[in-house]
Amino acid sequence: MDINVAELSRIQFALTIMFHYLFPPLTIGMGIVMVYLEGMFLWKKDPIYLSAAKFWTQLFAVSFAMGVATGIVMEFQFGTNWAVYSRFVGDVFGSALAAEGIFAFFLESGFLAVLVFGWNKVSAGFHFFATLMVSLGSIFSAVWIIVANSWQQTPAGHLIVQMFRDGKPWIIQGRPVFRAEITDFWSMIFNPSTLERLLHTLLGAFTLGTFFIMSISAYYLLRRRHQEFAKRSFTGALILATIVSIFQLFSGHSNAKMVAYYQPAKLAAFEGLFQTGPARLSILGWPNPEAKKTEYELGIPGLLSFLALGDSHAPVIGLDRVPEKYWPPIRISFMSYHLMVAIGTFFILLTLFASFLRLKRTLFEKRWLLWIFVGAVGLAMIANEVGWVAAEVGRQPWTVHPTTLRNSSGEVALNEQGQIQYRLEEGLLTQQAISESVRSTEVVLSIITFGFIYLLLLVIWLLVLNNKIHHGPSIATRMPVPPSSDTDNDTDNDTDNKGLLETVSSRVEKSDSMTESKSNESKSNESKSNESKSNKSKEDI
Amino acid sequence: MDLNFGLQQLDLPLIWYILLGILMSGYAILDGFDLGVGILHPLAQTDQERRIFINTIGPIWDGNEVWLVTFGGALFAAFPEAYATAFSAFYIPFMLLLFALIFRAVSIEFRSKMESALWRTCWDYGFFLSSLLASILFGVAVGNMMIGIPLDARGIFTGDILTLLSPYTILLGLLTASLFTMHGTLFLHLKVPYGGLHQRTSEWMWHAWGMFLVLFLLATIYTFAFVPRAIPNFERAPWASLIIFMTVLSVANIPRSIYMKLPGQAFLSSSILIISLVCLFGMALWPNLITASNQSGLSLTIYNASSSLGTLNRMLIIACIGMPLVLIYLFIIYWTFRKRVEIEEHSY
Repeated sequence: MDINVAELSRIQFALTIMFHYLFPPLTIGMGIVMVYLEGMFLWKKDPIYLSAAKFWTQLFAVSFAMGVATGIVMEFQFGTNWAVYSRFVGDVFGSALAAEGIFAFFLESGFLAVLVFGWNKVSAGFHFFATLMVSLGSIFSAVWIIVANSWQQTPAGHLIVQMFRDGKPWIIQGRPVFRAEITDFWSMIFNPSTLERLLHTLLGAFTLGTFFIMSISAYYLLRRRHQEFAKRSFTGALILATIVSIFQLFSGHSNAKMVAYYQPAKLAAFEGLFQTGPARLSILGWPNPEAKKTEYELGIPGLLSFLALGDSHAPVIGLDRVPEKYWPPIRISFMSYHLMVAIGTFFILLTLFASFLRLKRTLFEKRWLLWIFVGAVGLAMIANEVGWVAAEVGRQPWTVHPTTLRNSSGEVALNEQGQIQYRLEEGLLTQQAISESVRSTEVVLSIITFGFIYLLLLVIWLLVLNNKIHHGPSIATRMPVPPSSDTDNDTDNDTDNKGLLETVSSRVEKSDSMTESKSNESKSNESKSNESKSNKSKEDI
Repeated sequence: MDLNFGLQQLDLPLIWYILLGILMSGYAILDGFDLGVGILHPLAQTDQERRIFINTIGPIWDGNEVWLVTFGGALFAAFPEAYATAFSAFYIPFMLLLFALIFRAVSIEFRSKMESALWRTCWDYGFFLSSLLASILFGVAVGNMMIGIPLDARGIFTGDILTLLSPYTILLGLLTASLFTMHGTLFLHLKVPYGGLHQRTSEWMWHAWGMFLVLFLLATIYTFAFVPRAIPNFERAPWASLIIFMTVLSVANIPRSIYMKLPGQAFLSSSILIISLVCLFGMALWPNLITASNQSGLSLTIYNASSSLGTLNRMLIIACIGMPLVLIYLFIIYWTFRKRVEIEEHSY
């Protein structure tokens, strides 16, 4: 067996999952906003909501397609590159993947067709239902994937069972063969970290979705295009983003507590904590695993102990209590974790400040702030990515993290060397989880091809996105009604147009004459295009 | 509390073998015509025609591909040993398949997003080549399942890429491509707007059927002559001759339906043909999932490669809840998009 295969397979997995993960949180987050917009359209009958929904649907569809195309790779890669892992956990992990296919993918892909292509084929109510189902499907998908991944982090509801062949224990090269089998389905699903991690992931997805919408809206505002559309999209997304950012703080806190309990080595790596004892919350630093200390350190004394254990003097387990062979890569864990926390904190300040300005009705005049929002979507993407990097790299060297042994009073049980102990038979080391029949040259070839294809896809995605954004939203007339009588149809159209004009003019802000004149200009442009559209639809009739 | 309704008495591995067969048939029928449309794509002459081609499958290809993903997930959950062995053994072919599927997805999605002729031509080629490659690779995989692959005692593949490419597996690759092409032609005939293009598809149906028939006969002869393991199960279970009968009948009914101008029936026949072929494949394999070509005792069967009975039981309950929902979604989409294709503002 070639030892390099493990490292190569890790590189490939990291490349493919990180590229894939650009898209799902984006579509999960945008899905919520689209449900909101279409719901508002049904409720208020204001066509600007419809044109907004249609515009975001286009961007959603392009990103969704990327998610689907790169997602199939993930499903197959467990078998192609991680055969030992697949054999060991198939009973548990495979179940969650299969459930994802049946409950989430069919729902999403089915109603996506109606969402994207059904505007003129189904009623407005049914279209809204389809949007709701796509959004729900993408959340279900997250649920099952988080279940599967959380089981790898904090396994529960299973037993490690010896395998039999023809009624006899199966022995290969003198060793019995073991695997994980589900014994308690619901404990496996709701393993100790599932709910915490699901909430954290979904909040991260909502953050990305809302920042994406705010980015494009801010760009339109800066370019003084589609201003009414942009202001409404921005405001809606800002409300959600502010709430989500604040919730994320609490979710992050309870996740850290959970990690402190179940994966002490991971928390120590996140914090660069080499010595057990009352611990500081590290803010900056450069961990040096060779010297076993964190250099250039800046931290708040006692805060980590307080946050993780509720007592600023309580000792937090450091890396000195973890056998060195079970240390995660410390620098990557530390840096990715800190980057995520830093971006999260920045987002809380940014969204609160922007909300404050929005209440004062001066937000859209602060061009420098809008520019920050144009770029902040990149930070949101990075935060989602490095959050997962921290979670997955922090789990190393394990693919399936074994339970940390605790004594009857719930304290971590230390061995004679004063180190923590794992229930080793439960764990699976990443180095051992690979496919035995795959050669390193094969993996090198596939990595190169994936790298090339994904780079191409990224360029194309950005190109198409850019194209769509420059084209901008077009004012939608209305959802088609069953053609009962043509005259009715026309009158409806006219009232809707009037409704739009009224709303637009009532919304024009009075404080800045420059903005006003510009937005009046764009308003008249919009109503012109609106007229031409409705003329066109009349011609059709 | 646990999901358990005492289904353990049933032959759960067999039930899961059949369920996998259903997922495979579902995938081959639904994505089969998608892939076929891709293979036929170069026959479209104008940009308008090419857009019509893509839009016949526009709303549905994504959902159709989910059958493959679910097949993969179900194989992983029900028979993890077989999943691990097959996917790591077919490393290079499966990577090629993944690249093809990625290209196909983005070709469909991105082709009509820009006006440039070069842009569209590139994606047209991408759509055609990826559809063709994916179809052939599916056939190659089926061929390898038929003849078996060398395994060691742990069920690990011991051959290399050249082991996987034999005349027989390549023949089955071509057969699959021709089957999907025929299926795709019959589908196009139902979906393209009436007119010149519609006329031309009816000519293609004859060619596609003829090509399929030749390859099908070749593959049948080859199987009888060189893959002896395919036969005994049929001798043991005389009722299985029904499947053979169904296969022959559906192959024969396709030209009859075309001649009688019953395109719906022709498409139905070709769908039944696909089910019959999956059944034949399943009969020939049983009880093996992966046959060890070196020593039959090392084969991965549905009994020694399965998950625990508890998990098969729970997964069966999940399938019983999920599959009716899937059928409802399927009905909704195909009903919504039942009409012939018209290019409109939301089309690809």
